[in-house]
Order: sequence, then C-alpha cells, then structure tokens
Amino acid sequence: MNSLAKPRAWEKFFWPLLAAGLLLAVWHYSVIWTATKVFPSPINVEKGLAQLLQRHVLWADIGDSLRRVALGFGLAAIIGIPLGLTLGWYPALNQVVNPVIQILRPISPIAWIPVAIVFFGVGERPAVFLIFLSAFFPILVACASAVSNVPAIFRRAGRNFGLTPTQILARVVFPAALPQILIGLRLALGVAWLVVVAAEMIAVDSGLGYLVIDSRNSGKRYDLVVAAMLVIGLIGLALDFCFRRLETIRSVRWGFRHES
Amino acid sequence: MVFERDGKSISVLEDINLDVSEGEFICLVGPSGAGKSTMLNVMGGFLSPTSGSITIDGETVHGPDPRRILVFQERGVFPWLTVEGNIGFGLSQLSSAERNQRIAHYVQMVRLQGFEQTYPSDLSGGMKQRLQVARALAVNPDILYLDEPFGALDSVTRLIMRGELLRIWQTERRTIIFVTHDIDEAVQLADRVVVLSSRPAKIEHVLAIDIPHPRNISAPRYLELRDELLSKIGLAYTV
Repeated sequence: MNSLAKPRAWEKFFWPLLAAGLLLAVWHYSVIWTATKVFPSPINVEKGLAQLLQRHVLWADIGDSLRRVALGFGLAAIIGIPLGLTLGWYPALNQVVNPVIQILRPISPIAWIPVAIVFFGVGERPAVFLIFLSAFFPILVACASAVSNVPAIFRRAGRNFGLTPTQILARVVFPAALPQILIGLRLALGVAWLVVVAAEMIAVDSGLGYLVIDSRNSGKRYDLVVAAMLVIGLIGLALDFCFRRLETIRSVRWGFRHES
Repeated sequence: MVFERDGKSISVLEDINLDVSEGEFICLVGPSGAGKSTMLNVMGGFLSPTSGSITIDGETVHGPDPRRILVFQERGVFPWLTVEGNIGFGLSQLSSAERNQRIAHYVQMVRLQGFEQTYPSDLSGGMKQRLQVARALAVNPDILYLDEPFGALDSVTRLIMRGELLRIWQTERRTIIFVTHDIDEAVQLADRVVVLSSRPAKIEHVLAIDIPHPRNISAPRYLELRDELLSKIGLAYTV
C-alpha cells in the first residue's frame, strides 16, 4: 500500500475496526488462557455495562461527572482566559508572576487533594476545585503565550488604524491569539476529564470515578470497573471530538493545519 | 535617528532633510540595512526621531495615525477576517451603509470582486498585497507608506502589481512613499527617487524621473535614468 495513495472509503473504517477487533480478541483469549478469576473478559464487561444501564445509575454518574467538569473547566476558562490575556499583554507583569506559575503548574492536582479537603471539606466543592486547578494552569499559560506570540505587525496595523489599546486587544490581539487559545482549552479539557475521575474517587459518592472505586470496593466487580473505564474513555473521546469541531470555524481555521 | 542595541548606540539616520509635495510618488532606495524601513517608521510615527521632527501639513507627527497608513511587505492582512472584513477594519465609525459602500468601492479598485467572503489563506500573495493596499486606502489616508510591498512576490506578479499601484495612485492621488531595493521598480514608479547611503544613512541623491506614465521600460530616457541611478548607488557595470 502506497502511503501517499488516498485510502478508499471502506479502508478508512475497516483497518481501525480490525485493530480494535484484534485487541478485543487478544483480551478475550488472554482471560481464557490465564483462567483468571478476577479480571473480566470483554463479554463480562459487555454484560456489566448492560447491567449498569438497566440500573439507571450510569446516566446519573455520567451527568454528575460532566457537571463537575463543566463547572471546574468553566470557572478555569472564565478566570484563566482574561488573566492569561493580561499576562501576555503586559510582559513585565508576566515576568513577575511567571516563576510562581511555573512552580505551581507541575504540581499534580492529585497532590492538592488534602489541601482541597482542608479548604472545602468533603463533597462537590473540593472535586470542582481540583478540576478547576487542573484546567486553570494550562489555560493561563496558553493564553499568555498566545498573546505574546501575536506578530508585532498586527498590533502595529491596529495602532495605525487609530485603535485604542482596548480595541487592539479585542479586535486584533484576541482574534490573532484565538487558535492557540483554543488549543490550550482543548488540552485543559482533556486534563480536566482525567482529574474528575481521580477527584470522584476521594471526595464524593457519585460520578464515573466513584463508580470505578465503588464497583471495586463493594464486591470486587471488576466487570463494572472496566465497563466504567470504557465509558470514561468514550466520553473523553467525544469531548475532544466536539472541541476539534471548533477548530474548523472559518475565523480560526487559518491557525490550524488542516488537510483539505 | 540613533538606536540603542546591547548598550551601544548605532546611528541609523543622519541629517535627513526631505520635502515631499502632496500627491507625489517618492521611492526610497539604498543598500540593505541602510535604514530605509527605519525612515519609513519614523515618518509613520511608529518610532520617535532622536532629534529633528516630521511635519505634515504644518503638524508635527507624534504617533501613528489613520491619515497615513503603513503597508507591510507580507503577512500584513488579518487572517481571521475575510476580504470584506479586512477592508472594513478601519471603518468601524462609519454607518454600515457607508461602510459597505466604501468596501465595495475598494474591492472593485483592487479587483477582488467575487472574493469578498474569502479568507486571506485562500488568496495568492499578490491578492493579499492588493487587499492590504485596499485596507489602507479605505480609511482615506493622505499618505501611504509602502515598505517593500512587492518584495515577496514573483517577478511577473511584481510587474503587474506596479501597474495596478500606478493606476490606483493616478485615480486616488495620494502621496506615496515607497521603500524598495529594486532600481527598476523605483524608476518605473517614482516622481522622484531618493537614494540613501549606507549606515548612517544620509540622502545621497534625489533624482527626478521626468518620464510621463505609462513608461516605456526600453526607451532611451528610461535606460539613461536607470543607469544614472545605478551609478549613483555605485553599482553600474558591476555585473
């Protein structure tokens, strides 16, 4: 197969499906050959998934997880975007706070769990706080660097046409930085989705993370554990897919490399 | 004009004294790195002169102003706006009817009809430069500063663009100050060609091009002026 040749329509689906099928087969036969009593086979997982759907808890858990991500990620975007734009706009200010950001940024949100509990007790709020933290720093840093990467030529053109600094920020710098900001938001959403599962394992008693840990704790139901994991993966994929759709909007498309 | 770089001061422009009449087409030529762009930026108000001043119609220049628009070599158009959006960029204080009329006028002037809703990433290099000129003209400036506007284009497109610019200049009658390193370009376009020396740049010569448009680029007078300009830069018969 020539790598430059355009794949035929059926090939686009056939090969990925074959790969997924092979993986399932390897999984299935590994379970049989090792005669494990703990780890579920794909068929067990499928039954577990059906059971979860029947008990109607799955939709509630998905809803809870999505709500927490929406809250935490939304807050991070609402605070992080303007703050990041400001930092990018005032390089002197950025130099002052950048060391602090760079120290806080690599701290895993998981390490914040005790602090979150001290601040917010147990329940919804520490979970949302952890998601907020995980999304906030990627958004902040992406916005700041997006603004400082805006070519000087655009700002000069803005000044030349008589725009005030606020207008330059709104009509030149923001649209010029938008593609990079979107990339930052997308990465942040991915991290937020990772962290919600961890947060739900400690702070709350609902959501997909709770479903994973609860299935294990109440009767070692590993079929349900793996079923919940699959659901987490699929929803993460769907979120990412939705976000990617934004990149095809005409006024930001110039900032992304798209195969025509 | 003196720049501070790494603690050293570099004198870029010295003793520049130039009077430009309204509606005149001036070309600035000189060796690369001489300070042609610096001079344009000082005249545009983007840089303050270390000493001396720029006066336009009796008014000292203190900063950029929509009455004089700088056109860049490339990547000057806004990629997030359509052709219409770019041309209308400086027109937000007009009523939408007036704005649309102005946009339509300049779309036609730079021959981008049919591309109104197109984004710059789908335009050719020459079309983008035409768009940049249209965006500049739309705000009705007195002066256009062009900083090697056709420098990134291929030679055929460059020739066509010169013709287009002259046509626009003849209908619109703005003052144009045009930086180029291309001697032919200068002789084809300018009323007067200003030759800068190497750094610190001084005005070495001012050569009036006394050929009416359209100029025949193989006429004896054209070749004579071209040779004169080349010899003034010290490049005659070097190749």
